[in-house]
Amino acid sequence: MTVTATTTETTASEATAETQVEPGKGMRFVNWGANYIEDRTSLSGFVKELGRKIFPDHWSFMLGEVALYSFVVILLSGTFLTFFFQASMTHVVYDGSYAPLKGVGMSAAMASTLDISFDVRGGLLMRQVHHWAALLFVASVGLHMLRVFFTGAFRKPRELNWVVGFVLFVLAMGEGFTGYSLPDDLLSGNGLRIIDGMVKGIPIIGTWISYLLFGGEFPGEAIVGRLYTLHILLLPALVVAAIGVHLILMIVNKHTQFAGPGRTQGNVVGVPIMPVFAAKAGGFFFIVFGVIMLVASLVTINPIWNYGPYDPSPISAGTQPDWYIGFADGMLRLIPPHLETELWGFTITWYILIPIAVLGLFIVLVAIYPFVEAWITGDKREHHIADRPRNAPTRTAIGAAGVTFYAVMWAAASSDLIATHFRLSVEGVTHFLQAALILGPIIAYLVAKRVCLALQKKDREIALHGFESGRIVRLPGGEYIEVHERLSDYDRWRLVSYEDYAPLMVRPNAKGRITTGTKIRGVLSRWFFEDRIAPVTRSEIEAAHHDH
Amino acid sequence: MAQADGAETGTAVERHEHAPRAAGVAVVSDDRVQNPGFPPYRPRVSDIDPVKERQNERRVFWLFLASMIGSVFAVVAYIVFPIHEGDMDSVRLNNLFLGLGFALGLLGIGFGAVHWSKSLMDGHDLVEQRHETRGKPETVARASEIFTLGNKESGFTRRKLIRNGLLGALVLAPLSAIVIFRDFAPAEDPVKLLKHTLWEKGTRLARDPNGIPIKASDVTIGSVFHVIPENLHESDHPLEEKAKAAVLLMRLDPADLHVSEERKDWNFRGIVAYSKICTHVGCPVALYEQQTHHLLCPCHQSQFDITREAEVIFGPAKRPLPQLPITVDEEGYLVAQSDFHEPVGPSFWERSL
Repeated sequence: MTVTATTTETTASEATAETQVEPGKGMRFVNWGANYIEDRTSLSGFVKELGRKIFPDHWSFMLGEVALYSFVVILLSGTFLTFFFQASMTHVVYDGSYAPLKGVGMSAAMASTLDISFDVRGGLLMRQVHHWAALLFVASVGLHMLRVFFTGAFRKPRELNWVVGFVLFVLAMGEGFTGYSLPDDLLSGNGLRIIDGMVKGIPIIGTWISYLLFGGEFPGEAIVGRLYTLHILLLPALVVAAIGVHLILMIVNKHTQFAGPGRTQGNVVGVPIMPVFAAKAGGFFFIVFGVIMLVASLVTINPIWNYGPYDPSPISAGTQPDWYIGFADGMLRLIPPHLETELWGFTITWYILIPIAVLGLFIVLVAIYPFVEAWITGDKREHHIADRPRNAPTRTAIGAAGVTFYAVMWAAASSDLIATHFRLSVEGVTHFLQAALILGPIIAYLVAKRVCLALQKKDREIALHGFESGRIVRLPGGEYIEVHERLSDYDRWRLVSYEDYAPLMVRPNAKGRITTGTKIRGVLSRWFFEDRIAPVTRSEIEAAHHDH
Repeated sequence: MAQADGAETGTAVERHEHAPRAAGVAVVSDDRVQNPGFPPYRPRVSDIDPVKERQNERRVFWLFLASMIGSVFAVVAYIVFPIHEGDMDSVRLNNLFLGLGFALGLLGIGFGAVHWSKSLMDGHDLVEQRHETRGKPETVARASEIFTLGNKESGFTRRKLIRNGLLGALVLAPLSAIVIFRDFAPAEDPVKLLKHTLWEKGTRLARDPNGIPIKASDVTIGSVFHVIPENLHESDHPLEEKAKAAVLLMRLDPADLHVSEERKDWNFRGIVAYSKICTHVGCPVALYEQQTHHLLCPCHQSQFDITREAEVIFGPAKRPLPQLPITVDEEGYLVAQSDFHEPVGPSFWERSL
């Protein structure tokens, strides 16, 4: 006991000595508080480790922050909503403030959602904040993934964190869908009906899964309560856990940075957490929250009172899910007709199974891409400098193809609205999108790859010969030339400092054999790196300067 | 590759550690352009000009002040714009002004803090060294040793019998819990339930949602009715029954109908009844094109041709909408002749069994 007390005194006096420059009551209290906590937690080690941790700066690093902050907004607004929402499908007769639905039978879930909207001050605002924040959450997670993909920030040592992020993306969609279904309005009920139809299409177990999920026949009286448990307990717990792992791994791996003068694979250049990053990121949280709040106060989202309670018979034209489920709904629309077979009396519903398989394959490819690329390059080094997308043309082209594939599926979820808005036939739109689903990614791949290579060539030209200055000079011989301005070493560095890969030379291994794996790797690496623009070298720069 | 050549000396950890990281197919060139090092710091106006610095300081304060005003405004708006029962405008105003107040309160803090950090806090980039993510060799060796000790002291790999016993027990324990999911739904067979609806011989066709029975004479050519069984509201599970029994009723010119032999008495003078539940994934097929006699599902655009017994003419669905055989009773009301002759709605595995 005495020993501890002495230690405290020493630490305190030391701290006081340090801050003697600006004494004052406030500081004395802060010191006392800091020591109080330190004595009980040894928090100083944590602060020492993280307090001046460096974060590199780039606008695209903000996307993950948007995701994190909108999730916090979702938690806050969602907690408020739980105090009023009743996750029950008990039949009630609505008797709230919204006159057009007075006397209409509906579930308690729907009635309580209407009460939140019309009888609780700020209730509608919180609903809209929650819904807008959810849309923003999934959008920013998706954009963040694209940033990481196109800059190669998933390379070693961050492959696992890519997978964690991928899991978060899937969880976010799950959160979105379960939340969307809770109010038990016409639109969400039809969404559930589609899920029910899809589940029933699963061979062998589908009928039973649907029956158990809905607690009997569709729609039953259980599903809202069950989805609510998933939505506010299980899924958020998983999301919070995955975010925790994601951030811890980010701290362990340190953030990537873009190439720049002085920046190397061995350092991190940027601002320290205390104070600049803390102020910027903390401030940014309030900006994200503020923007969501602004949108929620100005723009209506999910006006369930217009849709009415769920009833299996009516439906409105132009029904659509929330945007992030669109790609799945679109895939259901794009499948060609009549794909169902019967085998020994069993019904195999290909028009459900093929979309599920295509979507499954697509997201699995997204999840495993870092490992595939790592295997092709065979590069076991750590990578902390983010690629400019143009400097990895094949990866960028693959990404463009993937984005196009997703975008076509997504557009298909609005095929009817596209048709009505542009006065086209819905059949024509669907057939066009079916073709685009196959051809679009191929075209996007080729275009993106050529654009990347062209940009690399331009960079190379500028790095070697400088940029056009616009100054025309007449030489003594009468010849006119445009003077090219040489780049500074700093500017040139951004253009020339990238990783260069060459196709694998397929050679026999120690046993004198060429394995199938090596052959495949050879083919794939040729696909990846055959068209390559090597970075400018020192001797090339020197040679270029002699020419002038 | 290099690791494999590293012979059998040392522990696995050491061998791994000393191998240089393979660069794979990366081109490692000596002729690379050298990193020019950090560029000189470019000071901001507020670094040089104390007037600008004070200006920025004032701006940050104004932003924080705006935030305070916004927060106070939100409280005032909460009181000044209450919700009056049945008045949608009061809801809108409450939502708008409360939200604007909150938004200003938040955005003021946000922009103030960001402006402070960007214009007044130290703007120098700092440098931190990276270390390979992998721990120091001693640490890795110690961790590996801990596992070895753990294994040795417990005999985990040596005592195969009890290890495998443990694994078996661990696998079985959660598997056994699967049974408790059975009571997620009542003790009935979903396949049987899916194959029957509320329709039976003599059930009157009634309007959705008011349940008023429909007389054949009310159904003029070209008209369409949303139909439920007359006894739907007396059912214990009206929504579940409706999800299967919802029907669309249309009257066409009998000359337009292509009726197959076995269904020739399923319509009544051109009045036909089809299940409203899409055979694709179960949305209500509620859009009827009167001129072409096509039914369109608004969810995934499957189209059914009513003149040809609701066969699929476009979209993902495979099967035609099941037809409900109808006739009239002695009072002239439309009634079902029987239940549907096949399960309605989306396909399922046991559908044709």
